[in-house]
Amino acid sequence: MMGVKEKKMKAGRGYILHTILKYIVVILVAVIPLIPIWCMYLWLISQSFSGRVILGIVPSNFTINNWRFLWAPIKMGLKEYPNIWPITINTLFLALGTSGLVVFISTLGGYALSRMEFKGRTTLMEFIIALHAFPAIILLIAMFIILNKLGLYGKGIITLMGIILIKAGLECPMASWIIKGFFDSIPWDIEWAALVDGCSRLTAWRRVILPLILPGVGAIAIFSFLSGWSEFLLVFTYVKDETYYTLPVLIYHLIGEFKFIDWVMLAAIGLFYTIPTLIFFSVSQKVLLRIYVGGVKG
Amino acid sequence: MPLIRRGHEKNADSSSSEASKASRRKKILPFLFLLPMLIFICFSWISPVILTIYLSFTDLSIKNLLKFNVKYTLENFEKIFLVEDPYIPEVLKITVFYVASVLSINVVYALIMSVAIAYLVKNEILSMILRLSWLLPRITPGIIYALLWIWFIDPTAGMLNKLLMLAGVPKSWLPSSWLLDKPYAQLLLVIVNGYVGASFGMIIYTAAIKSIPPDLINAALVDGATDFQVVRRVIIPLLKWPILFVTAWQTLSLMASYEYILMIWGAGGGGGYAGVARAAGVMVWSLYSYTKAFAEYQYGYAAAISMVLVVIGIILIMIYFRVFGFKRLMAPSRVEV
Repeated sequence: MMGVKEKKMKAGRGYILHTILKYIVVILVAVIPLIPIWCMYLWLISQSFSGRVILGIVPSNFTINNWRFLWAPIKMGLKEYPNIWPITINTLFLALGTSGLVVFISTLGGYALSRMEFKGRTTLMEFIIALHAFPAIILLIAMFIILNKLGLYGKGIITLMGIILIKAGLECPMASWIIKGFFDSIPWDIEWAALVDGCSRLTAWRRVILPLILPGVGAIAIFSFLSGWSEFLLVFTYVKDETYYTLPVLIYHLIGEFKFIDWVMLAAIGLFYTIPTLIFFSVSQKVLLRIYVGGVKG
Repeated sequence: MPLIRRGHEKNADSSSSEASKASRRKKILPFLFLLPMLIFICFSWISPVILTIYLSFTDLSIKNLLKFNVKYTLENFEKIFLVEDPYIPEVLKITVFYVASVLSINVVYALIMSVAIAYLVKNEILSMILRLSWLLPRITPGIIYALLWIWFIDPTAGMLNKLLMLAGVPKSWLPSSWLLDKPYAQLLLVIVNGYVGASFGMIIYTAAIKSIPPDLINAALVDGATDFQVVRRVIIPLLKWPILFVTAWQTLSLMASYEYILMIWGAGGGGGYAGVARAAGVMVWSLYSYTKAFAEYQYGYAAAISMVLVVIGIILIMIYFRVFGFKRLMAPSRVEV
């Protein structure tokens, strides 16, 4: 009797110790490293409404003066930065252009990958995965030469269009792959019914199948929109005319000049720029996660 | 489904000339659908790769960029492999350090963290909050992530030094500039990229852990195993392929990633990314190539530096297909019981 009781007690003590140990591990590995991240984001929000630069994360002197860039030009000494709205429109142009092109290319391509028999289908699918693994970021120099030779370099809005083409090309293999998964889930019968009724393949694709995979189309549209919205390197490298900057590039240059003077305004601009990303992400978190796995970020 | 298909083929066979026409159309049709994608792949992937190879054998620079009267030369590769460029060994050293240390965060640390989040934390909501928090660095636009770090490490306005002092780190240990002081800059380099990389590992691992059949874990628990024993004997052995996948995938993308370095040291250092990154000792291989092209306008040499990565990339991808096979590359989080 005694023995059993003792054993139980021991097990109980072991259990408590074990649970404590578990919590320590969780806190050490998964919670403490997050403190800087939480601090940063809280700072970004509270700083953008603070009257003066704050050291912690508690806002002081609530003001919306930091958001004046929304209606007044950004000035620094004598230098005047471009107004935020044209820059936002440039960014939207880039993001929407990329998104539209990617949706067009990949709904067509993904349909063929999913539904059609052709020579080299397996090879093409393997090739797409290989492209996906290949870090395109190292091809920037060659793309620069291509833009230059096509006469798309240093021409303002035309350069932005060139960047849209490059960007769409970089995103479309992955997007086709994702959308192929959505096509795969549509039963054949529906399509055959349309074909028997006399639709051509193209009409069946457009009228019958596409409406069924709208969630998938939405997912790749949002994904490529966000990818264009956050694109930095291509614009930073190829666009030298301030009028055609996009938001990330403008922010890059603002950081360089404002960081010692106007952290509060930087935070407000930063938050302004991040809001669409956060909204879109919270709306379509599940599907996006699947896609984000493949990003070429560090 | 196969029945209907056969019926359709029979219909097509009914008249011979129409059949051959139809079959030809059937052959061409897929490529019509694929055409836009193929064109764009050629434009954005294939032609840049070929052009990179071509450029790396030329002396293209700002001088002959417009006329493009380049001449063939091996000088670029002599600079790299015969170390005629005295800076190459240091770049190589920094790159190896960078890839190895960030990779260990991505693979090992992310594994421990994922087990903690997906298995040790039993509360679903808490687990989800932690997962989303870890994802923040990956989903925020790069420049904002960089801005946050530039603020965070600022010795006067930022919080890092304050937090560290609060945690008991003596003031004399803290650098006057996290961007420029030597061991600290490297530390920052690894941490900044580590957060982003850890979330990649986390996505793969947590999905894999969630897909382990609960029976396996319950059986071990009923047999009296503790949670830690379950982790060591059941979960981690099952994660063999996901671990290998994260290692493989991240090796490749880390070798080529320099966006955050360019943003943080460039914007934080006042705009001249090339000089600042060099002074701080964070000039990795891919950034060096970028610098050579867009700060020093030596396109040929820069292409040759990239070319090394292109070749390594292609070889690694071929190895990955051998090791993993197509299916495993497609579903990296699948657990094989």
